[in-house]
Amino acid sequence: MILKAEAVTKKYFRKSSESNFFYAVSETTLELREGSITEITGRSGSGKSTLLNMLAGLLRPSSGRVLLGETDIYSLKDKELSRLRNSSIGVIPQGQTGLDSLTVIENVILPSVLYKVSLNSEERAMELLEKVGIAQLAHSYPKELSGGELRRLAIARALINSPAVLLADEPTGDLDDENTKLVLELLRNFADDGVSVLLVTHEAEAEKYADVVYRMNAGKPDQIKGRPG
Amino acid sequence: MKKKTLPFKNIIRKPARTAALTIIVFLMSFTLLGGTLAVMSLQRGLDSLETRLGADIIVIPDTAKSKVNLENIIFQGVPGYFYMDKSYVDKLAQVEGVEKVSAQYYLASLSAGCCSMPVQIIGYDPETDFSVTPWIKKSYGKALGELDIVIGYNVNKDVDSYITLYGLDCKVAAKLEQTGTELDNAVYANVDTVKRLIAAAKDTGINELSKKDPEKIVSSVMIKVEDGYGIDDVAGDINIYVRHVQAYPTRSMISGIADSLSGISGVIRVLIAAVWVFVFVLLCIVFAAMVNERKKEFAIYRVMGMSRAMLASMVLYEGVIISAAGALLGCAVSALGLNMFSTAIENSLNLPFLLPNMGALAICAAVTFVLSVVISAVSSFYAAVKLSRVDPGLILREGN
Ligand SMILES: Nc1ncnc2c1ncn2[C@@H]1O[C@H](COP(=O)(O)OP(=O)(O)OP(=O)(O)O)[C@@H](O)[C@H]1O
Ligand SMILES: [Mg+2]
Repeated sequence: MILKAEAVTKKYFRKSSESNFFYAVSETTLELREGSITEITGRSGSGKSTLLNMLAGLLRPSSGRVLLGETDIYSLKDKELSRLRNSSIGVIPQGQTGLDSLTVIENVILPSVLYKVSLNSEERAMELLEKVGIAQLAHSYPKELSGGELRRLAIARALINSPAVLLADEPTGDLDDENTKLVLELLRNFADDGVSVLLVTHEAEAEKYADVVYRMNAGKPDQIKGRPG
Repeated sequence: MKKKTLPFKNIIRKPARTAALTIIVFLMSFTLLGGTLAVMSLQRGLDSLETRLGADIIVIPDTAKSKVNLENIIFQGVPGYFYMDKSYVDKLAQVEGVEKVSAQYYLASLSAGCCSMPVQIIGYDPETDFSVTPWIKKSYGKALGELDIVIGYNVNKDVDSYITLYGLDCKVAAKLEQTGTELDNAVYANVDTVKRLIAAAKDTGINELSKKDPEKIVSSVMIKVEDGYGIDDVAGDINIYVRHVQAYPTRSMISGIADSLSGISGVIRVLIAAVWVFVFVLLCIVFAAMVNERKKEFAIYRVMGMSRAMLASMVLYEGVIISAAGALLGCAVSALGLNMFSTAIENSLNLPFLLPNMGALAICAAVTFVLSVVISAVSSFYAAVKLSRVDPGLILREGN
């Protein structure tokens, strides 16, 4: 499925000499195509996470629309949007996002049981944990994991419902070279299976895997690789 | 892993948080129920004392010692006795506004060898009595025979057993209901029995009795006032026109106590209200802090597709489980505690203290339970709903 940002902006209040607000993301239109990885790089504070969160339905844009297929996701009721995100949008947020009172495998399973009784989610969760290389930690608690292991937990969790769109905010943040490669290859495989992937990263290596690359500069993404969106 | 188990995992795997919340709700329900029951018990104790005394006016000899003795009998449970001439009974019956008069006879048994135990013995005249008989009837259908006695709730003897008083074996015909007053320690008998006891006591040489003929004395006279006459007025008339006796309206005698009681009840009520306001504010702060502490966690639930409503209902569910546990504990501990220590409380306050019956107690406990659960559930729910209105995208970045 295609996820598209149509002229989205995000305005925040911030006092300066000229005005009382600034654009964390200025008018941006971009498209995440099926089967391709779209990479966004850029300096810290340039608006990458803000854009990703707007695409994920987690942050309402100040203007513009976000379309999943034909659906304007911010026109949906919270209930419908939540359900849509659960089934179709996998999100790996920036930072550590393990749920403390659940084991690793319970963390991974949780999205798959929110709206249905799922019989094989445990197997599927195990498979994903194996793919990201932390199967041996399935019954540990997030507190016992390293930063890199937690990143991989978040990746497995975002994939449990086989989403059509995957939005990853610095998924290789705490990873060593070997695991970075592993994760990038994993994302590539998903894209090849038809998933639309957005990858926000500082990793130079990532460009090799991406079909389209944007560099974000003060809220404005400039395309530096791939077909024009 | 099922969705339903999530609240339980959050409760069990955060024991410190769970314990803190449970304790707060426990304290809230404990003070509310304990305080309410204490106030009710004091009130009920006084009411039952008034009904058990059963007369509008009590007339006793006009000596300081008699008054002290009577108060000791009623409020301290110290057995005592005093006597006046029997002729006063007829004089009192002549006073305008007096409907019924009935004499009572007081005698204190001894801890010495002649008696099984030291108790207050209260004799009444079945011919004229209106104050004691209604109570005895509740426990014992027939008239009391000679040397039959009826014992108060706290007298440690079984029905049909015998108590030796001044060398006479008296049969326990019945045991009275509890009043929560010192009268629970008294023994009741009819006038013939008491006269025999007085005669027997004389033989043991109790000073006061040695000069008196049991046929010619009484201890007090119970008076029922005719409808249309004021109790205080009639008592006043007696005090003016009948010499050497003193009339006390029952209510005013108790109200000396009642005044100090209403002081105590007032203090307790204020304390309860203060605790509630304090705990309510505390709960709101605690739940707001808890929700705040968990806001990243909640944002993660939203990221994986939990709706606002699901999140709020999960928080509500957790809140209800925790507060139900706390409230249950609080109600149980205060109800059991009051039951176990009601005698100790009665003795330390020196006030009648009668716990509400099981039905009323259950209703109070249920109301307290529901109130505690609702208040804590509402305050956690409110905090969660307020937070869930913020875009998860904003919360996520705060956590980093
Ligand atoms: N809620 C907010 N209120 C005010 N300013 C905000 C808010 N959220 C983000 N900003 C600002 O918007 C800009 C973009 O933030 P964003 O998190 O998108 O950056 P980023 O590109 O993801 O940076 P990083 O690489 O460090 O993650 C920053 O300057 C940030 O300070
Ligand atoms: Mg970022």
